[in-house]
Amino acid sequence: MFNKILIANRGEIACRVIATARKMGIKTVAVYSDADRQAMHVTLADEAIYIGAAPAKDSYLQPQKVIDAAIKTNAQAIHPGYGFLSENAEFCRLCQSHNIAFIGPPVAAIEAMGSKSAAKAIMEKANVPLVPGYHGDDQSEDLIKQHADAMGYPVLLKAAAGGGGKGMRQVWHEEEFSNALAAAKRESLAAFNDDIMLVEKYLTQPRHIEIQVFCDDFDNAVYLFERDCSVQRRHQKVIEEAPAPGLSEAVREKMGQAAIAAAKAIGYRGAGTVEFLYERDGSFYFMEMNTRLQVEHPVTEMITGQDLVEWQLRVAAGEALPVKQNALRINGHAFEARIYAEDPKQDFLPATGTLNFLKAPAENDHVRVDTGVRQGDEVSVYYDPMIAKLIVWDEDRDKALARLRQALKHYQIQGVTTNIDFLYNVASNPAFAQADVDTSFIDTHQSHLFNEHVGEIDALLPFAATYVLLKQKRCNQLLSSTNDPYSPWHNNNAWRANEKNLHRILLNIQSQSFEVEVEERREGDQQYYLVKCQAQTYDVQGQLLDDRLLITVNGHRRQLVVADQGLSFTLFFDQLGEQGALTCTQVMNDYNDANDDSSDNGLQAPMNGTLIATLVDIDETVTKGQALMIMEAMKMEHTIVAPSDGKVIEFYYHNGDMVDGGSPLLAFDNK
Amino acid sequence: MAKLHSKINTRSEEFAANLAHMQEQVDDLTLTLEKIKQGGGEKYQQRHLARGKLLPRDRVYQLLDPGSPFLEFSQLAAFNVYDDYVPAAGIITGIGRVNGQECVIIANDATVKGGTYYPLTVKKHLRAQTIAEENNLPCIYLVDSGGANLPNQDEVFPDKEHFGRIFFNQANMSAKNIPQIAAVMGSCTAGGAYVPAMADESIIVKEQGTIFLAGPPLVKAATGEVVSAEELGGADVHCRTSGVADHFAQNDQHALQLVRQAVGNLNRVKAGQLSIKAPSEPLYDGKEIYGVIPKDTRQPYDVREIIARVVDGSNFDEFKALYGTTLVCGFAHIHGYPVGIVANNGILFAESAQKGAHFIELCAQRKIPLVFLQNITGFMVGKQYESGGIAKHGAKMVTAVACAQVPKFTVLIGGSFGAGNYGMCGRAYDPRFMFMWPNARISVMGGEQAAGVLAQVKRDQKQKRDEQWSEQEEQAFKQPIIDEYEKQGHPYFASARLWDDGVIDPADTRQVLGLAISSSLNAKINDSRFGIFRM
Repeated sequence: MFNKILIANRGEIACRVIATARKMGIKTVAVYSDADRQAMHVTLADEAIYIGAAPAKDSYLQPQKVIDAAIKTNAQAIHPGYGFLSENAEFCRLCQSHNIAFIGPPVAAIEAMGSKSAAKAIMEKANVPLVPGYHGDDQSEDLIKQHADAMGYPVLLKAAAGGGGKGMRQVWHEEEFSNALAAAKRESLAAFNDDIMLVEKYLTQPRHIEIQVFCDDFDNAVYLFERDCSVQRRHQKVIEEAPAPGLSEAVREKMGQAAIAAAKAIGYRGAGTVEFLYERDGSFYFMEMNTRLQVEHPVTEMITGQDLVEWQLRVAAGEALPVKQNALRINGHAFEARIYAEDPKQDFLPATGTLNFLKAPAENDHVRVDTGVRQGDEVSVYYDPMIAKLIVWDEDRDKALARLRQALKHYQIQGVTTNIDFLYNVASNPAFAQADVDTSFIDTHQSHLFNEHVGEIDALLPFAATYVLLKQKRCNQLLSSTNDPYSPWHNNNAWRANEKNLHRILLNIQSQSFEVEVEERREGDQQYYLVKCQAQTYDVQGQLLDDRLLITVNGHRRQLVVADQGLSFTLFFDQLGEQGALTCTQVMNDYNDANDDSSDNGLQAPMNGTLIATLVDIDETVTKGQALMIMEAMKMEHTIVAPSDGKVIEFYYHNGDMVDGGSPLLAFDNK
Repeated sequence: MAKLHSKINTRSEEFAANLAHMQEQVDDLTLTLEKIKQGGGEKYQQRHLARGKLLPRDRVYQLLDPGSPFLEFSQLAAFNVYDDYVPAAGIITGIGRVNGQECVIIANDATVKGGTYYPLTVKKHLRAQTIAEENNLPCIYLVDSGGANLPNQDEVFPDKEHFGRIFFNQANMSAKNIPQIAAVMGSCTAGGAYVPAMADESIIVKEQGTIFLAGPPLVKAATGEVVSAEELGGADVHCRTSGVADHFAQNDQHALQLVRQAVGNLNRVKAGQLSIKAPSEPLYDGKEIYGVIPKDTRQPYDVREIIARVVDGSNFDEFKALYGTTLVCGFAHIHGYPVGIVANNGILFAESAQKGAHFIELCAQRKIPLVFLQNITGFMVGKQYESGGIAKHGAKMVTAVACAQVPKFTVLIGGSFGAGNYGMCGRAYDPRFMFMWPNARISVMGGEQAAGVLAQVKRDQKQKRDEQWSEQEEQAFKQPIIDEYEKQGHPYFASARLWDDGVIDPADTRQVLGLAISSSLNAKINDSRFGIFRM
């Protein structure tokens, strides 16, 4: 076994690998960029080597820098994690040439699966079932389109070199084909430096089921059953589970065998995942094989009781697989929910910011949290915005799902927008509970999944208003450090002469405004609030202890956690109805600069990112809605469109420039 | 300290009757003020709002630090004084906390006769400035006024305490480093134009605020020039060209924010001048005062029952408790501030007047603020007392009150008649603040006594002429006098004319005094130098 390994990755997966290595007595070396100097994976590793600037292409995607770091620290092997260099054949080869073990498959296997069209050809030979499609080398648009027309729309365009949804486009109508192809090529070129495309029949109600396989150097191969990753948005997985609900033993075995056949066809070694599209009739088609450890591997670990990273290390060190197929059993059911910094309501636009408040549910036999960030860390523009993976296990699916809902309610994050509420909505969706899912699940159930629980906000307003007042009171106490410490002017009682003592609190919650009127009253020694909102009156007493709000509303006493960030704050409810977290913003009387004419005409960068294309010339006449420039941010394209008819006077940035979110991008003349 | 123990039985019928009687008066006050706080009424408020302006009360409340108190003055100003309806004299004044700093706020109400200045508007404005000057409080003017009320110009313009005094005060306060900040949120015409121009820092709202010495109609009449209000004196002109204003506000909210910002840059520190204690609530609820005050004003009660419901922990260290017992003097704390309390417990005799003078001297020497709880029918009269020198003993107390330089606070909790008003720090004796309870009455003497005196004079005249005067005739003569005294002695009548700073709910007395005392501490407490005490 190795004495020391280097982990050529960051975030939760680097931390995950370090944990297993430590358990096995193996020393670990981390690598880090400028953005990650204080990152969790750096502090967890025994050693860490700086490898360059924040953009991944300057650091985590630099094979030579990683190799140098390994040489410098005498690391015997490199674990690439997922993403970055994990499926980079050149890197794998470079490891070999430096006599460093690559914890992953052989170069040939990576290369065989690296091109989707080549992969399909191999699978076809190995009798693995395939979706109808064109995977040819002739990339002329006409030819690709002919194939698309022939198989009928919808079709799916995919980057041959792609993965993770990049360079991928659904085309629903013939006339969209040309634009979609161009966009997909552009994305592919940017992401993989390659724009070879393939086209496939787009199955409209498929499930995404993948098989975890493992091979060693002794011709052993096992499958560790399946994962169902059907709940996806924009081809990125949201919630994964194992085993796949409703999958018969016969089909499971058939898929397992097909996956092993696929792995063997390319001489595979180590951990791999064979992805299939699964149709309701039990048929399945090979999609692709991922020659790395998957993000969602923990659900497999939970139901099999195996540590897949340990397996990886053993196999890479030349050991045989620790168990045989017949020793593997499915035990119970597991879910993984990916907690992302993103805004589901804005088409899952990635979010950035500081994790001002971060409380994960307590870990135990049922709940596992894989993360690479701590409270106070930054979710930057440079890398994947995943905050954590929340994994739960229980004896059966229903119980595991209840665990998931419970755990999501206890995941408390503030500072960046997250998808936690959305995940909770998925976990509490009746169709999901009945395992009635396919890859269009999110679109089908939009109305429920994006539901903002407006009806329930009303009942939560007394909590929010009381918090505002108690916070105000706490702030006022700071005034006491003057020469006039007990001045009644420091009071927060809104006292008025011959008038009720009324507080008017304006709150903005989920893009809606709420006005709450609170009357401060005193009866003997008892001070209390009469909270009036939405035609209801509540009798409230409250107390603030650090981040805990102790509050009695109409005689019902409870405690909740509050994450505060200036005017915004988030109340985390453990037990109340459906709502897990409620973020409120106090609307102050302050004049809002956003009302200025100059801002918010849509010509600002929507977030930090890189300018990748300008689509019009200076002084060229454009029409309202016409695309002016394209930014890439968080690995996705954002198009900036003309706010009205007019012309561009000046572009402030050029291709390749990094742009801060909110910066004006161009000068526009609307006359 | 010594605790006051109440002897009032809050379960007695008498208490309940008293409470109901006071409640009625407080309710009437609240109801009266509720209407007054609507300013010029629904129609004018809607018109004001339609222009994109905030109502004056909202301007004030939004200017204040969230949740902080507001000590409003003279809410009843001009009540039933003019033929015109001029609620609160068309101006809101008071002390509020802005960016942590207590400030005097003066806000015109343009929904009331366009915010023009009636005589009492001027008086209320000047009174607020006086409060600012005496207590060293920054002034914030939220200007939205058409200037002097032209039909009343004779009572608004020419005299010393008229319109011009506003700017005199601004200049002199500025000279004393009492900041003057003006936000022009509406028109600010003619003389009014000097409010922002005389201010240390001024703010003007885009398309709302205008400042000019003469408005477009007058300009046209005078020179034939045709010009719009905005061109003549809008925010753009004054911020970019004339330099009359310093800050350009996009709207009312923005203007208020800029005012807060200006206050934030004042660099003022309240000096610690008193030995302050951690405050504690009185042992008895302030609202019990309702039941303490007898329904029948002639029935005596122990003023210590009031003190016990106002001061911290009901602790009261009485001075000369056994001497001159009709005046209660002693030390206590209100909201942690040490105070000397002077409270009437009957007619003033020679002994009580001397005791009062002594106690006031003590407080002045020690720089302890004085609180007067006034309920006085006057000094004792009669041969015995005149020959005992009641006049010179009363004069000692008046001298002491007049010369004491410590902050003085007067609350009229009952009658305020004759020279008793002087000795107990009436308006003429410059209390920093003076408030009345709804049950209080103020006049040179009681209505009965006045009617009696006048009837006596009349009877003497008639007797000289040998004319008859029946009981009924005398009663018919006296009743209008009694009625007139009752009307003029009523707190609303007094407050309408700014003889005080406002009528307050007795249950709020502790709160009001606390805020007033704290405000007064912004000014340095000076040494007192007394005049000759006639011995």
